Amino acid sequence: MKSIEIKDLSLSFGDFKVLEKLNLDIYDGEFLVLLGASGCGKSTLLNCVAGLLDISDGQIFIKGKNVTWKEPKDRDIGMVFQSYALYPQMSVRGNLSFGLKNARIPKPEIEKRVARAAEILQIESLLHRKPAELSGGQRQRVAIGRALVREVDVFLFDEPLSNLDAKLRAELRVEIKRLHQKLNNTMIYVTHDQIEALTLADRIAIMRGGKVQQLDTPQVIYNHPVNKYVAAFIGSPGMNFLTGRLVAGENPGFKLDGLDVDLSRYAFKDTTPSGESEAWLGVRPEHIHVGPEAAKKAFSHAVEVEVVEPMGSDTLVWSKLANQEFRFRMDGQQSVKVGEELMIGFDPVSASLFDSKTEVRL
Amino acid sequence: MSIEPIGTRPRRTFDPTRIMIYLVLAVAAIYYLLPLYVMIVTSLKGMPEVRLGNIFAPPVEVTFEPWAKAWDTACTGLYCEGLKVGFWNSMQILIPSVVISIAIASVNGYALSFWRFRGAEVFFTILIFGSFIPYQVMLYPLVIITRELGIFGSLTGVIFIHTIFGMPILTLLFRNYFASLPQELFKAARVDGAGFWGIFFKIMVPMSPPIFVVAIILQVTGIWNDFLFGVIFAGTKNFPMTVQLNNIVNSSQGVKEYNVNMAATILTGAVPLAIYFLSGKYFVRGIAAGAVKG
Repeated sequence: MKSIEIKDLSLSFGDFKVLEKLNLDIYDGEFLVLLGASGCGKSTLLNCVAGLLDISDGQIFIKGKNVTWKEPKDRDIGMVFQSYALYPQMSVRGNLSFGLKNARIPKPEIEKRVARAAEILQIESLLHRKPAELSGGQRQRVAIGRALVREVDVFLFDEPLSNLDAKLRAELRVEIKRLHQKLNNTMIYVTHDQIEALTLADRIAIMRGGKVQQLDTPQVIYNHPVNKYVAAFIGSPGMNFLTGRLVAGENPGFKLDGLDVDLSRYAFKDTTPSGESEAWLGVRPEHIHVGPEAAKKAFSHAVEVEVVEPMGSDTLVWSKLANQEFRFRMDGQQSVKVGEELMIGFDPVSASLFDSKTEVRL
Repeated sequence: MSIEPIGTRPRRTFDPTRIMIYLVLAVAAIYYLLPLYVMIVTSLKGMPEVRLGNIFAPPVEVTFEPWAKAWDTACTGLYCEGLKVGFWNSMQILIPSVVISIAIASVNGYALSFWRFRGAEVFFTILIFGSFIPYQVMLYPLVIITRELGIFGSLTGVIFIHTIFGMPILTLLFRNYFASLPQELFKAARVDGAGFWGIFFKIMVPMSPPIFVVAIILQVTGIWNDFLFGVIFAGTKNFPMTVQLNNIVNSSQGVKEYNVNMAATILTGAVPLAIYFLSGKYFVRGIAAGAVKG
């Protein structure tokens, strides 16, 4: 069943169109991540769903109800903000119960809900404290608690972990995932961090310029990005892009400067294109094999090591393939020297082809 | 053989910068304190001693007579009831003006920074523009307006005028303060179901004591020191303390009682002075905010 339905949503500030004819369905219990660079409209979209921004055109349904003109409090949503947005003069208890008091919920019921949320988030011992006396992680827990006590089906997260340091971010990320597994409610989560997106999401919507570029599971987005932008955005270190000519036909291939990549096992999106055309070949650094097993791959070639970046568990090696920048990942235990010749190889099945003009996946 | 430098660099007690700073401070302090000293000393002397002309000499015989006279029996025009009448008039003008102007301006500032209604920018620009027009220009139209409203020459009239003239600077003050509070707090409160007044009273006001104190200081000192609006709009019976002080000091009849004049002046200045001593750092902020007006 659909939990949230966004139909032809448009929003413009004056002449500037932030969102344009956006359609998005989010299902019951789904964890949807809106991912994109800053200014892509992801937070704006979330604010529209929350009712904090008036939209220019379109409709929003939550649980089948048309909430397009409804106030935020009447949309059955809970929201968590990047800056925590806790009320500084109120205690943690006061922060948690503020919304419930406004909704005129009876006192015993408020007590019960606050106690339950505090237990789930393990902030029972902090209930009497003021936000200023809490650490960043504790503050964000209280902010999540404030959404929790509302006992709503939809949670909206606006970059909730961006203000935390790396270690805390990783911890709270897991906690949010646990919370979702436990409560099983619908969550929309805005972030610019691809790791958060890949780890948390059931589905990711990658946004750019107010439009959804691709909406799919993390695996599909990682393996089959619909265009070059998505391919470059997801994955760290980023995908290698090699320019060359795509030769289509019975035995399709990709011609690099003096090299040929056999594409007979590549799964073309539609039917195999015909003729010759300019294209990009995208290969993820982690899909490249090095050493003896590289020779067994459909494509293999010797490259010279230019820069070595050891990163502990693995090592990133910079080199050139057909005079183009080319990076690949190696096991961190293997030693590599600058200037060394290495045999690399990859399987075109795991690669992606993009049209050089439209940048769309072929 | 010098000592190997280690740790904090030793400070010289009398380096040139420090001497300069203290010298300038001392001169400034004397410049401002000397007149105050003369006033206090003179107000404690009897008239025979004042006539000797040694204005810096401390009183030989300390008397509080001039203070009592200034407060109770000095002549302010037709009546000889002292400054106390003016004091209570000023209070009656001051308290409602301060409360009403701050109440309205704080809501203005809140609405301007959070509820971006259509035309908010234009409204704000006009309001700020208003604060740059010399108010002497508006006096005559205001006299007509208050006359038409039937409040000319009354306490209500002068309170009305003070409230209006406090609006631009106070609104600016509150708008800038509220604009510095995080927008997300406002959004969170909206999701939590608080309305316009709920957010204002439960979230914003509890976060704003500093700016309210600054506003109060600004208004109390401004309204208390006002002369022009009082003399024009209050009516003869309601003249504020400043107007009555002027009547005492500038009276052309009889002998100039310098001791009484000094006492009356100190009494009139006592309220802003007390505010200054009680509120310290907030007062400076108030002055800085007032400086925006130019």
